[in-house]
Amino acid sequence: MIAVVKRPEPSRAFAMAAPLLAVLATMFFGGVLFAFLGKDPLDAIATIFWEPLFGEFAFFYRPQLLIKGAPLVLIAIGLSLGFKAGIWNIGAEGQYIMGALFGAGVGLAFYPMESFVIFPLMVLAGAFGGWVWAMIPAVLKVNFGTNEILVSLMLVYVAEQFLASMSLGLLRNPEGMGFPGSRNLQQYTSAHNGDLVAGSGMHWGVVAAFIAVIFAYVLLARHRLGFAIRVTGDAPRAAAFSGVNPARLVLFCLGASGLLAGLAGMFEVSGPAGQVTIDFNVGYGFTAIIVAFLGRLHPVGILLAGGLMALTYIGGDIAQSQMGLPAAAIQVFQGMLLFFLLAFDLFSNYRLRFGRAEVA
Amino acid sequence: MTHPLLALSSLTKAYPGVVANDDVSLTIAPGEVHALLGENGAGKSTLVKMIYGLVKPDSGQMHMHGAPFMPAEPRAARAAGVGMVFQHFSLFDAMSVAENIALGMENAPKLGALSAQISAVSQTYGLPLSPDRIVGDLSAGERQRVEIIRCLLQEPKLLIMDEPTSVLTPQEVEILFETLRKLSAEGTAILYISHKLEEIRTLCDSATILRLGKVVGHCTPRETTARDMAEMMVGKLLQTPTRAGHAEGDVVLKLTGLSAPAPNAFGIALKQIDLELCAGEVLGIGGVAGNGQDELLAALSGERPSARGMIEYRGDDIGPLGPTARRKLGVLAAPEERMGHAAAPDMSLTENAMLTGAVRQGLDKGGFLDWPAATRFAEAVIERFDVRTPGPSAAARSLSGGNLQKFVIGREVMQRPEVFVVNQPTWGVDASAAAAIRQALLDLAQNGTALIVISQDLDELMEISDRFAALNEGRLTAPRAAQGITVEEIGLMMGGAHGMEVAHV
Repeated sequence: MIAVVKRPEPSRAFAMAAPLLAVLATMFFGGVLFAFLGKDPLDAIATIFWEPLFGEFAFFYRPQLLIKGAPLVLIAIGLSLGFKAGIWNIGAEGQYIMGALFGAGVGLAFYPMESFVIFPLMVLAGAFGGWVWAMIPAVLKVNFGTNEILVSLMLVYVAEQFLASMSLGLLRNPEGMGFPGSRNLQQYTSAHNGDLVAGSGMHWGVVAAFIAVIFAYVLLARHRLGFAIRVTGDAPRAAAFSGVNPARLVLFCLGASGLLAGLAGMFEVSGPAGQVTIDFNVGYGFTAIIVAFLGRLHPVGILLAGGLMALTYIGGDIAQSQMGLPAAAIQVFQGMLLFFLLAFDLFSNYRLRFGRAEVA
Repeated sequence: MTHPLLALSSLTKAYPGVVANDDVSLTIAPGEVHALLGENGAGKSTLVKMIYGLVKPDSGQMHMHGAPFMPAEPRAARAAGVGMVFQHFSLFDAMSVAENIALGMENAPKLGALSAQISAVSQTYGLPLSPDRIVGDLSAGERQRVEIIRCLLQEPKLLIMDEPTSVLTPQEVEILFETLRKLSAEGTAILYISHKLEEIRTLCDSATILRLGKVVGHCTPRETTARDMAEMMVGKLLQTPTRAGHAEGDVVLKLTGLSAPAPNAFGIALKQIDLELCAGEVLGIGGVAGNGQDELLAALSGERPSARGMIEYRGDDIGPLGPTARRKLGVLAAPEERMGHAAAPDMSLTENAMLTGAVRQGLDKGGFLDWPAATRFAEAVIERFDVRTPGPSAAARSLSGGNLQKFVIGREVMQRPEVFVVNQPTWGVDASAAAAIRQALLDLAQNGTALIVISQDLDELMEISDRFAALNEGRLTAPRAAQGITVEEIGLMMGGAHGMEVAHV
């Protein structure tokens, strides 16, 4: 008989090793999956993990890594604060869209004026948009006890409708020949979030992501609020006893994650994407949930996990175009990563015991 | 020659780093009421778990009626006629008595038939209990009856009871004892674990005393004084907590009509509690578990703030204040549940020291936390209260219950409270540590702290209280001077026997 037994103390070694084991297991079972699809598994894994970093066209893919990774990290950092406290914002995708709409809206309102204040204003507007969208589930939860998971998730679809409405209506490019979509912000200097060093992929969103990582690290390690978040996640009653106000914590955690998701959307729409379109959002808000857990809700872990996830995105694209792997297979591959992480994660607090059950 | 019902010889069980049972032998005759005495960590639990098939001994034998007996699992032990009533009940609040009992049985009969059996057993042994009632609505004493009846349905030859009276009123204890005596008269042996020595003296025929995993003595409780037994248990002379006479101070805490709705379906509402507490005074609050103790503590700690005007501290209305603001003023509390309420299990002792110490110990500097200072504070608590742990970085859940209790009490005591409210200060703590905790509480009072000690251990309350009051269904009786109060009076204050009757059969 195999039994799962709680460890008296969480195993630090296993906590560190779990992500690595999860990546290895994903490579193995992903390889099996690719083999079933009739592709050479080693070749497919190499394409996903090796090609973007060290392949022939790495000079093109490496900046992409930053561009894809930054919004993931930015959003995941925000989500991780709530997740640590047991506050589940599943609607970062919606907050990301609203941040983009608010940011782009402010930028486009100034068009064609050129001024250095426009971009900072767009940043503020983007942050505000995401924050406001996340405050809806937060306020509903605090005042009426609604479930933030459902409300935040459903608001994603509301946000998508807004996005469609905006790109077809209010924000549509008047000179766009009737095509849906806004003006291209890349061609509007004051509003463009371009590469800080040409060709590096390093835009303001990447800078913001790094700042968010440092900010979250300091918050969790040194600040009262971060401590409140951690205690609430571990023992809600002990948190209440110690004086944590649960309502305020909900407002802060949902607000912060919405704000960061909004920023991510704003940096994306003003930079790599360039314009508000119907299909502007590509699921960063959902993938960031995986990134947050893959990084074990730790800021530095999330930074690494965001990089890894961006790698599988880009590598997956390459594998699709070069090897003809279906997009669904890549998504299964990414899903496996989260699955294995959660599975291995169990063993940092539990261990397996083979043989007869015995209670100490 | 007749064999004893159960004979244990040279049982040894070692865990990494500790020998829980070392060469333990004892015999129990049919119908004997045998007490197992010992401090926390003396190995009582390990021993009964071996008998109940939960733990396998490393060496040694057990014989039942002369035949080798080595249950591989509780099911085998139950089949052999061993029943056990655990200290912590394993019942589902939302289900009925009969459903709960059915869950714990192999081949449970249909609910109707089972209900009839339950009624029959409860009649026979004077344990009135309706099979249809929802467990969440039962008192602790009634819940214990569910567990006992669950065992009795299997007609055990040996009934193991782990600290059964800790949740009962004196009258309920008396009823339980009648039941146990009746069982014993019918030939059922009882292995009775307790640290309440007076009870053991009234109930038990013989006693085995364990210390550090070894048998250190046998005695006949009726012929041995409680003090002698305690000293055998501890292995040294016991210090009775002492205090120099105390001077009544000013009123520091005043409750006026304190009321609060029940926090959940199985909680208790506080009803119109009036109280004045003076500096340097110890008010003992007794009562059966689940009569509003947790709720009263939450109202006083600020975890559940109250309406205006209900709680005054030195004339200031602190009702609406939360725990942090109250701590700043010096109103501190320590809840009963250590794991998950007083302490966060997965966090280190340093982090747990920060949990309540941040304000008064100056660990919070403008929102930023001073972790080195928190570690020093945790170390100071560990040192002064003799908490056995590798160090302040150990997770709270790795500590034994008694050690964690010393830590959470010490954490508050060392913050020099003005008012200190504590629920079950020595629950599950060994005798010498309990004495140390009580002494620390009395020292606080000596230095002018006003204390409210909520406890189910009446001996403890009588030992340290100046005044005594009881909680009954969320109401607090008027406090009386503790000196000279009788057990019967206390029982009546606690609400009598909750409709129980002594077995008449």
